[in-house]
Parts: sequence; C-alpha cells; structure tokens
Amino acid sequence: MILTPEQQALLNGEQGEIMAKIVKTLVMYGDAFGAERMVPVTSQYGHTVISFGLEVMKPVYDLYDQLIAAGLPEGQKFTADPKPLDKKVPSSLLEDIVFKKIMYTQQERYEEQLRKLGITSDDDYTCTCYLEQVGNLPKKGDVLSWAESSAVVYANSVLGARCNRNSGMIELMGSIAGFVPEFGLLTDEGRKATWVIELRCEKKPEAQLLGSAIGMKVMEEVPYVKGLDKWLGNELSEEACSYLKDFGAATASNGAVGLYHIDGLTPEAKELGESLIAEGAQVYVIDDAELQRVKDAYPIIWKDPDAKPQLAFVGCPHLTLQQLKDWTDKLGDELRKNGRDKVAVPTVFTASTPVIKAFEQTMDAYRLKKYGVVLSYICPLMYMNNPLCKKKAVITCSNKLRTYTSARYYTEDEILHIISGGRV
Amino acid sequence: MKQFKGRIVVDGECRAEALVSHGGFNTLASYQMALMFGDKQVKCGDQNNADLYKKSMIGKALCLPQTIGSTTGGMVLFTVCSYNKQPACMLFSKPIDSLAASGAILADVWTENKMPVVDCLGDEFLDYVKDGMSISVGADGVVTVED
Repeated sequence: MILTPEQQALLNGEQGEIMAKIVKTLVMYGDAFGAERMVPVTSQYGHTVISFGLEVMKPVYDLYDQLIAAGLPEGQKFTADPKPLDKKVPSSLLEDIVFKKIMYTQQERYEEQLRKLGITSDDDYTCTCYLEQVGNLPKKGDVLSWAESSAVVYANSVLGARCNRNSGMIELMGSIAGFVPEFGLLTDEGRKATWVIELRCEKKPEAQLLGSAIGMKVMEEVPYVKGLDKWLGNELSEEACSYLKDFGAATASNGAVGLYHIDGLTPEAKELGESLIAEGAQVYVIDDAELQRVKDAYPIIWKDPDAKPQLAFVGCPHLTLQQLKDWTDKLGDELRKNGRDKVAVPTVFTASTPVIKAFEQTMDAYRLKKYGVVLSYICPLMYMNNPLCKKKAVITCSNKLRTYTSARYYTEDEILHIISGGRV
Repeated sequence: MKQFKGRIVVDGECRAEALVSHGGFNTLASYQMALMFGDKQVKCGDQNNADLYKKSMIGKALCLPQTIGSTTGGMVLFTVCSYNKQPACMLFSKPIDSLAASGAILADVWTENKMPVVDCLGDEFLDYVKDGMSISVGADGVVTVED
C-alpha cells in the first residue's frame, strides 16, 4: 500500500506509539484485501457496533483506555449501537442478577469511555443511526468508517454511501485516523452485482423473509433485485425506506450482504441500471413458494416447540417513527377485533431514544401504553444474548434476532395476531 | 503428507493438531459461552457447527473456509487472543473475510500473543485435512499436513 507522507509519518510514530499502532492496524487490514491506498473518511459521523460493557470483553476496554490515555487528536464523533439493558423491559430477578452482576459489569466504564472518545450524545445508542431524528445521515458517495451490519448495508444501498463490513474496534480506529483502506465496497468494481434476483411474487413479499432468502443464497456478494419496485415504487418514500431497512438487516444477518441494488429504486440502480450487473452474474428466482420454503426451513430451537409465547420483540432493527405509529394503529384494530384492551403476550417495541421522544409527543404513545406495550431503546439481541433466555419462548418478526438467538420468527401479521390474543 | 501454499495474513510459524470446520465459523457463537464461563479448554459453543460443537479449540490449527456472523466477530477474536486462549493458527481455504482479518490483525498489533493466519489455501486443503492431523505452518505461508 502506498501511504501519503502524512500517513507514513503517523505510522512512523510522529504522533506517538498508539497512533502508530492504529495506522499499522489499518494498513494491515488494507493489505489483507489488496488495498493500494487510504482514502479520507468523509461522512460527518462514525458509527460503532460496540455498545455493551461485557465482563468477558475487558481487553477491549483496556485497549480503549490506552487510546484515551494517549490524548490523540480529536477524531470523528460517532453514534453507537443500542444498549443491552433497560429496566423497562421485563426480566426476572435471576436475569437481573446475571445481567448486572455477571455479564454487563463493564457497562458504566464503557459508556464513560465512549463519552471521552466522542459519542455524539447519551441518547444516540441505536442501530438506526441514519434516521433523521438521530441525524447520522451520510450523503451519497461519502466514505464511512462504520460497523453494524444493518446500518452498513442501509448506508451503502439506500443512501449510496461507501463502507465496508468492518468489525467492531476497526471502525473506531478509522474514525480516529480519519482514513480507511480502499477496497471492496469502497470501489466501483466491488459494488457490482454478482447475483440477479428475479422476483415473481403474487403479493408484496415480507421484507424480513425476502432479505433472509437473498442473504442465505448470495452470502457476502452483491445482489441486484428486479421486480421489487412493483411493490415499493420508484421513489425512496418513508415506507420504502422502512421496508429496505428491515430487508437489508435480514440480508446482512442471514447472509453477509453489505450492499444491494433495487432496480428502479436505490440511488445507484436508478443512476446506472443494469450496467451494475457483473458479467456472469448468477440468477436466483424468488416466488411465494420459495419464500414459504425458506420460512418453513427455519429450525425451532425452543425446548418445547408448543410453548406459549412469553415475550414478543418488535423492532430489530429499531423501528422508525412511522412504523411505531403503524404498529399502534394495527394493534388497536386487532385488539378490538379480539375484544381485548391489552396485549395477550408481554410485548416490547424497540426504537432509538430520539424516535421514542418524537413518538411520545403524539397521542399514539398514550394508546400504545394503554395497550400494555413496553417501548424501549434496548437491543433485543443483547437482551437475549445469555443462557437464561434460551429457556424463554420469545417470538419476533426480526430475522436478525431469529438468526442470533433462540427467538422464533413469525411474519408481522402473525406477530400482530398472536400478541393481540389470537391463536398461534 | 501434503503441502499447500497460501497467502500470509499474519506471519509466524507453528505446529499443531488440526481442527476442521467445513462450514463457516461463527466467531461470536463459537466463543461466547467459553469466554463467559472461563472454559479452560475453550470448547466451541456453536450448536449450528456440527464439526466443532463441544470440541476444544485452544492451541489447535483451526482449518476453515471463512468466518460468518456478527460484526463483533473481530473484537471477539481479539479478546480470545488477549486471554491467550486462541487457536495455534487459523488456516482459511478461501480468501479471508473482513471480520476474521480484523480480529487477527488487532490481536497481532495490540497483544503479545501470536496466532499465524494463512488464507487462500484452496478447497482441496479443506477436503484433505482431517481432525487430529499434524499441521505445521512455515514462515513462507506453506502449510504442511501430515497423517
């Protein structure tokens, strides 16, 4: 890799040993992928996937202490993934003990570290940092140093920004240095589609199911999706963006997709069309039967597959303001149909704190509370990331949560039906 | 005995017993429980990985196609190395993925514990190598597998 004189000076230790090690890390990272140069990070803010202070991850926080103690020049400010704990979310006494005394003993230490390293606000813990209420909204063509698979795939695909699927820690180092190695999704060649997805569904496909099917098929490659604009239109409306947020999170977690193109809708597909499809791209045809096949193939890892649901999570990735309003409306209608005032299953809707604050300005917030739904900024994945939750019958319409935990997947309509008292 | 030439991601030499995953290695799922409960043998906790589930990973020559799963994978690998609970080496049949590369590089730059990493060893490598075979990694990226 060819470095500029300034980058070489940093590597040589001009700003101290710690900055030299940061640059060495980024150089080795680039070398592993054949990067020939570093490019400046041009977005206003970074985003880190590490939002949790886990006892077992102490070496990470010890390393961050070194970064802070080095007194490095102020790097890019950043947002962070959602927090793992919120006392509003139902938990048993045993779970509370495990969470606070065994698992997340480093949480306060880590949050203090993030303040020193440059988190934008104590409210800005969310996987949907790109929503207008949060304000970490990159422009088309911006180069990012982000980690969080669902945010990276959204920024690349819907916003047209450029970011690789970075690991936690590396992303912070890119934000501090102000440059990242140029490879993969930062290059025009790396953004070409090597899969064409032909949609032949008779009804609008469930976002999280379609994303799952595509993710499992293409893994880390780039898909070009034809036929989805029939359902989403040709403008990035709020509804289309919400759909793509959930779709993308499923492609990134059920596979390892970092970028997708939607024919006639996403910015690069609108601009460049089918010239984005690489020569020899493979084809995957998806119809309603294929989506049903994918759904039916999900393993049920509950000890008792017929267990009554004990908890429902909606909002992984975090819900948008419009999604919160829509869920409240639909839930109200469904509860009335079933002659109920409150949800039949303890239910948690999750969204970022700025979105929750905006929602609380509306009458819908009062209605949702009346229905018995808990509204939280928590990360459901982190909440479930412990052995106790494996014994709990948790249901979700998030394919990401299904993938990483023992939560059982249902479509949004099925979840609505179950939490409002309908039969499973 | 058979030799395979790969590309060096993190340099170093070692000799160890092979442990083979034919499917993608989910770093978080594999190490989570072992780290959380201080398992000295560092047994794999990923129920979806039939090749490795419940097998000890510490000090083994971990042979795999790529890693998969959460973008916390790199920090998990770094943490494993910080605690000196890492495999003796990681040997990838395919080009290394960004999360594994991050973890291996973070460990190399920021910890004292060495874990050589070689990628691009080819599908034939993963077809040939079996659990328990003796593996040596040379400074030139040549991996020697002995029955």
